[in-house]
Amino acid sequence: MATNYETFDYDVLVIGAGGAGLRAAIEASAAGVKVGLICKSLLGKAHTVMAEGGMAAAMGNVDDRDSWKVHFADTMRGGQYVNNWRMAELHAKEAPARVHELEAWGAVFDRTKEGKISQRNFGGHRYPRLAHVGDRTGLELIRTLQDHGIHQGISVHMEYTIVSLLKDGDRVAGAFGYDRERGRFRVFKAKAVVVCTGGLGRAYAVTSNSWEGTGDGVSLAYHAGAELLDMEFIQFHPTGMIWPPSVRGILVTESVRGEGGVLRNKDGKRFMYDDIPDNYKSQTSTDPEEGWRYTQNDKNAKRPPELLTRDHVARCINREVKAGRGSPHGGVFLDISWIKEKIPNSAEHIKRKLPSMYHQFMQLANLDITKEPMEIGPTTHYAMGGIRVNAETQATNIPGLYAAGECAAGLHGANRLGGNSLSDLIVFGKRAGEYAAIYAKENPAANVSEAQVAAAYREAIEPFERPAGSGSEGPYQVQYDLQNMMQANVGIVRLQNEMEFALAGIDKLKARAAKVAVQGHLEYNPGWHTAIDLKHLLTISEAITLGAIDRKESRGGHFREDFPNKDPEAAKYNSVISKAADGSMKLRRETIPPMPEALKQVIEEMK
Amino acid sequence: MNKTVTFRIWRGDATGGKFVDYTTEITEGLVVLDVVHKIQATQANDLAVRWNCKAGKCGSCSAEVNGMPKLMCMTRMDTLNTDKPITIEPMRAFPSIRDLATDVSWNFRVKTKIKKFKPRAPDAADGTWRMQQEDVDRVQEFRKCIECFLCQDVCHVLRDHHLHDEFIGPRFLVYTAALEMHPLDTENRLPELKQAQGIGYCNITKCCTKVCPEHITITDNAIIPLKERVVDEYYDPFGWLWKKIRPQG
Repeated sequence: MATNYETFDYDVLVIGAGGAGLRAAIEASAAGVKVGLICKSLLGKAHTVMAEGGMAAAMGNVDDRDSWKVHFADTMRGGQYVNNWRMAELHAKEAPARVHELEAWGAVFDRTKEGKISQRNFGGHRYPRLAHVGDRTGLELIRTLQDHGIHQGISVHMEYTIVSLLKDGDRVAGAFGYDRERGRFRVFKAKAVVVCTGGLGRAYAVTSNSWEGTGDGVSLAYHAGAELLDMEFIQFHPTGMIWPPSVRGILVTESVRGEGGVLRNKDGKRFMYDDIPDNYKSQTSTDPEEGWRYTQNDKNAKRPPELLTRDHVARCINREVKAGRGSPHGGVFLDISWIKEKIPNSAEHIKRKLPSMYHQFMQLANLDITKEPMEIGPTTHYAMGGIRVNAETQATNIPGLYAAGECAAGLHGANRLGGNSLSDLIVFGKRAGEYAAIYAKENPAANVSEAQVAAAYREAIEPFERPAGSGSEGPYQVQYDLQNMMQANVGIVRLQNEMEFALAGIDKLKARAAKVAVQGHLEYNPGWHTAIDLKHLLTISEAITLGAIDRKESRGGHFREDFPNKDPEAAKYNSVISKAADGSMKLRRETIPPMPEALKQVIEEMK
Repeated sequence: MNKTVTFRIWRGDATGGKFVDYTTEITEGLVVLDVVHKIQATQANDLAVRWNCKAGKCGSCSAEVNGMPKLMCMTRMDTLNTDKPITIEPMRAFPSIRDLATDVSWNFRVKTKIKKFKPRAPDAADGTWRMQQEDVDRVQEFRKCIECFLCQDVCHVLRDHHLHDEFIGPRFLVYTAALEMHPLDTENRLPELKQAQGIGYCNITKCCTKVCPEHITITDNAIIPLKERVVDEYYDPFGWLWKKIRPQG
């Protein structure tokens, strides 16, 4: 049967062509192995383009007090100490070299007066640390990697979707998928596979993620036997657009606050000053004047509370709205226009610092951010949890299977700091590519059984063979119902009984998804693609919900109204999800290994 | 303020197609892509359309709206006359795949033929470079490009004359300009620009600049300076003479 499909043979197959996937592919091909790269969309369109603020790297170009130690301590504090400390250490140490490498490949970052790469302030980072290009840093990252990568001999498969991973005994053997354009099925044989499929925000109704963010890689790896880690930690970014309805969820970069933007409720009050958590009190200003000076790079000033971590700011906004102090469309106000009181030509200044935001609001909302405040509210943004990996190699528990970027877990703990995602992609994308290439060199080709391919084909083609009518429905309604249920019951504020309701609801939706029927043909058929993605969305929704029910405390992106405080005991474990022999999803708690004394000392010094 | 509108959408593939009318109700604040999605979800599950970010940053949802090349995600419904049917068709300068999705693979092939970035040796002992902001402003303008290919769609050299084998189009002239004007770059791309990449075909009608959703001044800032460099290199008699007689070494 397998011989019926066109087959590609690679040493390393990289699934996903955002920042992590491109970086992994570049590294693997530089090691001299044959690399295939799967893009769900066209090359260079991945969700990385949406990253705005910058990439965190302790280069110390703007404030020389910065170092890997401060970055490490900031990342652990932001993640509330359930991070994989080794990943946080490697990330902080290696990010500067990865950023410089981008410059050598043609990236053009904003400059300091001395001509170095400029760095900006961001929530949770003690010093100005984010290398950036206006507010389109993600585009610069992906374009740089794309334009470098196309000369590296990588085979690029655009608009391909992988529907399942293939195995040979315990080890990975490749992947099975289809091309969107013609609906032709393909077998990709590979000695090693790197999963870099990004996020899963599409499990929620309000999200900054595009249609691609359906958690494919996390689900593919799980069904192939990989362990998942800390799935309950979802980041709700505090500032998404909320009006008009068509743009609901689209991100408003944190840089707006980094450049001096303030949050106000409908009474004009800067409510963030009312709730500054204890572990950030020593770093946070209590005086608006001092907060303003911080945003203008005054080294002696403390940060304004708008730049506290994202989980905290999102909950404060949620609280204002629930208390009836929100804006007309159910959010709060984010105002950058007020800086006209502080600097001349503020309109030009805002347009230069935040060009994309200016255009985004001008074009989509007909609103001039240099003159009026924006209406914003929390949006599902980022999954801290994902595929469990080894810190050094990004290897999963399946031999030959690696993961990097958002779909992998560990670096960010319970909450990711802004700017730590782009740096995550290049630090761990490189490591994943490097170690996947080593694995491919050290191991023989794997065998792909025809039965396995035939089963994957059956599953993919089934939606066409179900008769329309008689209890079947289209895929979109099932997707909407799942998104609305997750939003309402496993969202920013969680409760035991609501999550149990969601878990039961997921079972019912699985039954509906199993009956989904699609019409038409295999060629460029979005209805069919949505039907296939449903399996992934349901898998990751179940994992998020299981994790969230089990963690009976509030920490980072996981906030429970019935357990509103942190439980020191819960700081000692990660939740690990795996597929049991009977096919059911199982969760266990695993103790976090003790941190070496040297790293503990770093955290103490930086308190 | 719900209102009923008619979308006249091109349905078909490389073998041909036709416009099909879809009537649907719209609410306040929608963009064209929202309405296309609504039609896809409720009336035509198999309607092919590319999109990703829905915020004008990825450049996937390019199409011709009432004949004008646009990003569907950035075209507000309240900028269109909804009393008449609104036509939505794919970019016409590229072969059709299906419905609103076109085969833009030519663009990706063209890019691989342009010589890659080649930086000078680092300026500092730690392997880093120094550049002033004012020296990178121009290159940063070009690097805003989201590769939506609307400039290629509207370029008459490609759209009407189909000179895809002899001309790289505005997008890749901007790409080349970004490399050529990069303060660190040491490569010379002028011979190809003149020959295989056909910069001479551009006669500066500025249609590309008009449709650029990133407002890159393609013609004035990228193409004309490149043309000047080519002219200086190959057609300036005094320059030519100077190169012949200048002291060597």
